[in-house]
Amino acid sequence: MGNIVELRQVRKSYGEGTPVVTEVLHGIDLAIAEGEFAALTGPSGSGKSTLLNIIGLLEHASSGQLLINGEDTAQLGDAAITALRGRTIGFIFQFHHLLPGFSALENVMMPAIIDSGWPSAQAHDDAMRLLTQVGLKDAAHKRPSQLSGGMQQRVAIARALSLSPRLILADEPTGNLDTHSANDIFELLQSINQERQSACLIVTHDPGLAARCQRQIQMVDGQLLNGP
Amino acid sequence: MLRLPFAVMVSLRYLREGRMQTVLILAGVTGGVAVIIFLTTLISQLQASIIDKTLGSQAHIVLKAARAANRTTLPPDQTAAIIQPRAQALRAIDQWSAVARLAEQTPGVLAVSPMLSGAGFATRADANQPIAMMGVDARAYQRIVRMDKYLQAGRFDVSGANAVIGVELAKDLGVTVGDKIRLVTMDGRNDLFSIAGIFDIGNRDLNRRWVFISVKVAQTLLDLPGGITQIDLRVADLFAAETIARPLQAQTGLSVESWMQTNAQLLSALNSQSISNNLIRAFVTVIVAVGIASVLVVSVVQKQKEIGILRAMGASPQRIMAVFLLQGSFYGLAGSALGSALALGLVQFFSRITRNADGSALVSPDLDLSVVISACALALVVGLLAAALPARRAAKLDPVQAIRV
Repeated sequence: MGNIVELRQVRKSYGEGTPVVTEVLHGIDLAIAEGEFAALTGPSGSGKSTLLNIIGLLEHASSGQLLINGEDTAQLGDAAITALRGRTIGFIFQFHHLLPGFSALENVMMPAIIDSGWPSAQAHDDAMRLLTQVGLKDAAHKRPSQLSGGMQQRVAIARALSLSPRLILADEPTGNLDTHSANDIFELLQSINQERQSACLIVTHDPGLAARCQRQIQMVDGQLLNGP
Repeated sequence: MLRLPFAVMVSLRYLREGRMQTVLILAGVTGGVAVIIFLTTLISQLQASIIDKTLGSQAHIVLKAARAANRTTLPPDQTAAIIQPRAQALRAIDQWSAVARLAEQTPGVLAVSPMLSGAGFATRADANQPIAMMGVDARAYQRIVRMDKYLQAGRFDVSGANAVIGVELAKDLGVTVGDKIRLVTMDGRNDLFSIAGIFDIGNRDLNRRWVFISVKVAQTLLDLPGGITQIDLRVADLFAAETIARPLQAQTGLSVESWMQTNAQLLSALNSQSISNNLIRAFVTVIVAVGIASVLVVSVVQKQKEIGILRAMGASPQRIMAVFLLQGSFYGLAGSALGSALALGLVQFFSRITRNADGSALVSPDLDLSVVISACALALVVGLLAAALPARRAAKLDPVQAIRV
């Protein structure tokens, strides 16, 4: 099975061109295989979120190579990066980051609407199916403010799956939830990974959840403790 | 859910979310558009009414023979001389039919009417009044001044021994249509005329002085056989009268006066009105633009996180920009529609409460479509331009930074 993500000697520095340059990633080599279910752990400030943002094409690496699906992203222009991000990667954030003015259904449809420029009937049906899968069929027309924290995170997961991405990046998806809801969300991600064969990279502080992943990647001070 | 394109759907939702902001700025744009349409309509209608009242009874351009003047043959810098003005006798325009043809062929000239005018008296029994005899071709003169419009009685018929006089003169002489009056020139030549019509041109002095007769009869009475003393012109564009008059003067060597010269104060008043109107429009436009821009700048700050999320989901900077440009356009379009309706209401209300001295409406209750269209186009352009800066700012937001806010 090939790699969906490959990082080669990726470095990230902030404050370049100023007297104070802070390097937060020191030459990361990492590969995530198609369908892999991995946990990224490490103390706060170790560079986990930065690494996730770089893999998710939200930030540029200062140096090194990032290959998504075998394609060197350094060769892509802004429009191609935006399109690749929209179609290949699904994001789940710690604070769900749902659009407050839109219903749960519209939030789940949004990636498809952005992709095609239009809310198609197909996008509507797919979104309803995803909401059903995460157990929120009856809450489809509710606004995020009308949902509990766990339900909001489920909507965020459904949204991340909207375009059937081959890679799901989750930044502490359970960090803001109680133990019971956190377990539910984790199990949901596991089942999605098994059903859809979408690779998942989950940032978590919970060693129990990390232990349930196929692979644990540990990060300390901008470096990985276990190799690619 | 309405199936609308991404940018339209998101911008409408943002407008709905910021309901109070939307209502307030829409009220501002509506007021601005209404003020622009209402003021422009009111001022242009009042100006048209003033112009019509003032110029309705006079030619736009008058060509006359140059006035006679005394000249000294001695060099003026070496001699001291007092030159007295010459008494002005009636002077005919040389080759007037060629001049009239030239004037007719001049671009922008709608009508040409030759006229022979001279001073005299109108008498009936013991009463006599000083008058200006105006020898005209009725049909040609009607194209310069719509005399039909001003007739109180009878017809504008100057054929044969018919004359058309003003209402004040008719009162002074105690005559009406069908009665006879005698017209006497300064040389003592006279003839008897039958009154075919009585006009009220809205100017008491002219109503007392003007007497219209036929050119041929005037030529005999004033002893100017075949001659005429002035050529009246009507032009298509009133405000081009001066630019038409100057070349005609150069070509003919005649004294050529446009209404803009003879009514310089009126023109200055009209210009001042137009400048005031344009200033008000400019200020209102700037205020509306600043209003829209400030609301959208605040909206971009409020929606920063959402913009970041949309960008993370694959929305391009162009699409984000479109979301805010569409909001600006919406303010412009909706404000135009509501502002036009408000302006129509204001014009109708104003038309009902303000009246001329004769009881007719001071302004028409209708809007000029071209004014409405140009005000709406202006509002749309202002909406788009005002939204451009915040839209650019939104499009440039770094998704990671935006989400972290």
